[in-house]
Amino acid sequence: LKNNCEYQQIDPQALPTPTPAPPPHHGNDRDKREEPKRPRRKWQVFPGKNRFYCDGRIMVARQSGVLPLTLGLIVITSGLFFIFDCPFLVKHLTSCIPVIGGGLFVFVVITLLQTSLTDPGILPRATPDEAADIEKQIDNTGNASYRPPPRTKEVLINQQVVKLKYCFSCKMFRPPRTSHCSLCDNCVERFDHHCPWVGNCVGKRNYRFFYTFIVSLSFLTAFIFGCVTTHLALSTKNTPGSNMELVICFFSVWSILGLSGFHTYLVASNLTTNEDIKGSWSGKSGEGVTNPYSHKNIFINCCSVLCAPMPPSLIDRRGFLPTDESVQTAGAGIGLAAKSEINVVGGSSQPASGLQESPSPVPVPPHSHQNSSSV
Amino acid sequence: MRAAAIGKTFTMAETHSLQDLQQPAVSSKVFVQRDYSSGTISKFQTKFPSELESRLDKQQFEETIQTLNNLYAEAEKLGAESYLEGCLACLTAYTIFLCMETHYEKVLKKIARYIKDQNEKIYAPRGLLLTDPIERGLRVVEITIFEDRSIGSGR
Repeated sequence: LKNNCEYQQIDPQALPTPTPAPPPHHGNDRDKREEPKRPRRKWQVFPGKNRFYCDGRIMVARQSGVLPLTLGLIVITSGLFFIFDCPFLVKHLTSCIPVIGGGLFVFVVITLLQTSLTDPGILPRATPDEAADIEKQIDNTGNASYRPPPRTKEVLINQQVVKLKYCFSCKMFRPPRTSHCSLCDNCVERFDHHCPWVGNCVGKRNYRFFYTFIVSLSFLTAFIFGCVTTHLALSTKNTPGSNMELVICFFSVWSILGLSGFHTYLVASNLTTNEDIKGSWSGKSGEGVTNPYSHKNIFINCCSVLCAPMPPSLIDRRGFLPTDESVQTAGAGIGLAAKSEINVVGGSSQPASGLQESPSPVPVPPHSHQNSSSV
Repeated sequence: MRAAAIGKTFTMAETHSLQDLQQPAVSSKVFVQRDYSSGTISKFQTKFPSELESRLDKQQFEETIQTLNNLYAEAEKLGAESYLEGCLACLTAYTIFLCMETHYEKVLKKIARYIKDQNEKIYAPRGLLLTDPIERGLRVVEITIFEDRSIGSGR
């Protein structure tokens, strides 16, 4: 029975869904029914608006926003700094300057890429069976002939009442602090905000990268600003490169410093930008409303946000979809009979929304969930 | 039907593949939801679902869920070890996450082994199957209930 049980571990994501899968970068999303030998990976049928590269190792939001601009500004400003200011400052001050600058630059670029290319904490959508189960529990009270009013569920978290909303796209009740990003069409855990500068959502998994990025960027811009000012003060020549750096740094240093300060406050109180903007815990909606997630201690809050164990990616991008091949050992005739006998799980338990039955059973390799340790 | 009739005439070696034709159909699924009373940590409700009453002991079920909860708590624990890992990671611009297996991932493997073990020892003999919550995005513990065909194939 154990082997049979494994065969039944069908991933209903293999069932064709109405939403079109985003075409993968390498364009190998040909009709797989004709090529039963090549199992597909789950990223190829991912329903959200994301793009995947390197066979699912790297992901970005569909709209990359102004990430190229961010990267460009950082690289160009730092480049100008190294070309125009460093020689002068090394000669007149110390040779530590390019070393520090170089270190900060590398740190900034790496954390920026980590923020942009990491799964922010996307929640996979509910399987058809789960969705049906939830519908059953809700529809006890209403009828299904019209779109029902927003469904909410109340839970008690650390003696604080929190309303969980039902997500119509993902067909599940969102966990606390989870929000659905309309730009990426995904529910993201501990959703902070969607940052166009990094071209990705900032959520549970990449918040620490984001925070490290803006803090190190503040140091970098302040450092370059200081060096350029020193250079211009000590030197009589006014290179165009230095002027440009001055302008860029002057405008960015205040905004980046401000952003870092704001996020430091958020980290210390264990809040997200989303909650802060909505005023969920500020007491506007009633008395005695406090943040139930805060540990009431700044140090512990900081540690829990920045140094907690890194949660795994829940969407298992590189996991294999159950293949279309049935167990071909018994020959074609019985194989065909097998296809109709071994019902897909979703088919046999009243699918919620008229899903087509997958034409074949789906023996799943036992380790279908690959914990990819990168991003 | 026809496949079942054929199944009975084949030898043991071939019944493995043909047993697929006789494998019990799924009668229903039970979803054990998350328990958010302590916050956003991964924890599942220990309330015993009524659909399992005929198949499983309440105590057995609660023990399984409680052990899972404890394992997830261990994975997400904020302690000296996790702080150290976090600080070290920060200093390397988090690049060590690309090479090293994190503490959480190690515990997830432990959880997978535990679930496999529970399935083999307790759930499969009763015609049930536990699905690892990680396969469902840590939203639910899915328990599949198979039809009770009490023929010899129900190991």
